[in-house]
Amino acid sequence: MTASALELAGQAWSIEDAAARVAAVAKRHADQVDRDGAFPAAAIAALKTEGLLGALVPVAFGGLGETLSAVAEACCTLAQACASTAMIYAMHQIQVACLVRHGTGSTWHCNFLRRIAAQRLLLASVTSEEGVGGNMRSSACAVQLGTGSHGAGQRGAGGYTLEKRGSAVSYGEHADALLITARSGAYAKPSDQVLVVSPREDCELERTGTWNALGMRGTCSSALRVVAAGKAEQILPAPFGQIASDTMVPVSHLLWASVWIGIAADAVDRARLFLRAAVRRSEGALPPGALRLSMAVELLEMLQARVTVGLRRFEAARACAAEPIPVGEAADMNTLKAGVSEACLQVVHQALLICGFAGYQNEGPYSLSRHLRDLNSAPLMINNDRIRETTARLLLASKPRLGLL
Amino acid sequence: MEVDLRATLDRHGRLDVPAATLADDADLYAAGLDSLAIVNIMLAIEETFQVEFPDSLLSRQSFSSIASLERIIRQLQSESV
Ligand SMILES: Cc1cc2nc3c(=O)[nH]c(=O)nc-3n(C[C@H](O)[C@H](O)[C@H](O)COP(=O)(O)OP(=O)(O)OC[C@H]3O[C@@H](n4cnc5c(N)ncnc54)[C@H](O)[C@@H]3O)c2cc1C
Repeated sequence: MTASALELAGQAWSIEDAAARVAAVAKRHADQVDRDGAFPAAAIAALKTEGLLGALVPVAFGGLGETLSAVAEACCTLAQACASTAMIYAMHQIQVACLVRHGTGSTWHCNFLRRIAAQRLLLASVTSEEGVGGNMRSSACAVQLGTGSHGAGQRGAGGYTLEKRGSAVSYGEHADALLITARSGAYAKPSDQVLVVSPREDCELERTGTWNALGMRGTCSSALRVVAAGKAEQILPAPFGQIASDTMVPVSHLLWASVWIGIAADAVDRARLFLRAAVRRSEGALPPGALRLSMAVELLEMLQARVTVGLRRFEAARACAAEPIPVGEAADMNTLKAGVSEACLQVVHQALLICGFAGYQNEGPYSLSRHLRDLNSAPLMINNDRIRETTARLLLASKPRLGLL
Repeated sequence: MEVDLRATLDRHGRLDVPAATLADDADLYAAGLDSLAIVNIMLAIEETFQVEFPDSLLSRQSFSSIASLERIIRQLQSESV
């Protein structure tokens, strides 16, 4: 139901309820999305209907003006139904967060934020690039300024063109706009990058690879060649390095972690229902694996607390005028990502040992196949080895923020 | 010191442009300085100038410009004698 329909019915709209309604849709299609590697069209349409794509867009721009914590909670709710839907939602919100934080000084981007809310646009991200690998802070392709021979209409002195071979572009062909990283000019260093907003009508896409992956199959993250052209003002004014460290990296880690926790929570719930049925059948006797339910919940609770603390610190740092200490926050967000991504897999493994054979099946109410396959993407999405090497260096300079407050 | 500091930035700062082209008050973040580079610069400054960086100085402000880093190094050197 949309916000206005609810108001007519005399009920208050809340993001929690809206996410739960979308999750119900996503759940119905989750197995088919996974089996066929299909874009979760029904769930994404429901997200659009609910207005949830504009959750982070400020009210002044026509959005819901929700907090990052509320969006993280929505990611977790969606992930309990369909991890691909939740990951698509998370990736979209990461792009919106970058625009809200770094685009409001530019007229073009303010207008684009209004469009996201009003037209319910879905944003995708083209950071990783063929030949460069997973290092987001390095690009091979470059924007060409003041040129433009591409047939997308806008060109001339104030124009840009760009060609990029994205190595994994989730739902690129279903998105309404792409946010693309590139070197700032033909002679710029690989790390001297900008972020360009390219509405779908400004770019030509060619699928250059297939997406037949172990998990997260509904994200449709195939390789794409993107040729974009438009106005130079579509390039965000802040350098990409700043956008990445201030917003894209921390928000990615927080929202991804929320998705992973949702996947693990659903696995634990399946194990709980499995045990309940087993205990009923055996007239109250606990099966030998039962204590693992407690172990799984213990770990899951610690992970939830870790993400809650991460969200709280991040929101507090962005709310205060003083700039955050860059090194400490980067280390904090990195340990969160690497730690939660692997521990969620441990939680699902406990659930698998509880459900046993029933969990090992590819189908059925206790199947954990999709959970395990989806979650195995977590340590790879920005490889944990890469992240930990950086984190160890950051920690040399900055004491980890421990303490209970 | 200026020469040493610019050489340190070139070696460890992974900046988009050579440090020689940056004014003393130029914004180092705009030149591409990131968290990892800050750590590497900090360690290199400690080694080159024989100082120790206290946690309290590890702020965004401290690393914002060459001038700011020079001020901090001078301060730390005067404290250590
Ligand atoms: C489900 C899913 C969706 C995705 N969606 C998108 C998307 O929408 N847009 C997008 O741009 N990208 C997307 N990606 C790509 C993602 O962002 C990463 O770029 C990608 O997962 C990294 O790929 P890689 O492992 O080949 O590369 P790398 O990170 O380069 O790693 C390759 C190997 O090298 C090793 N390695 C590399 N560097 C280091 C280092 N410094 N220290 C130690 N070891 C190192 C790693 O251990 C790893 O084994 C997606 C990925 C997944 C799994």
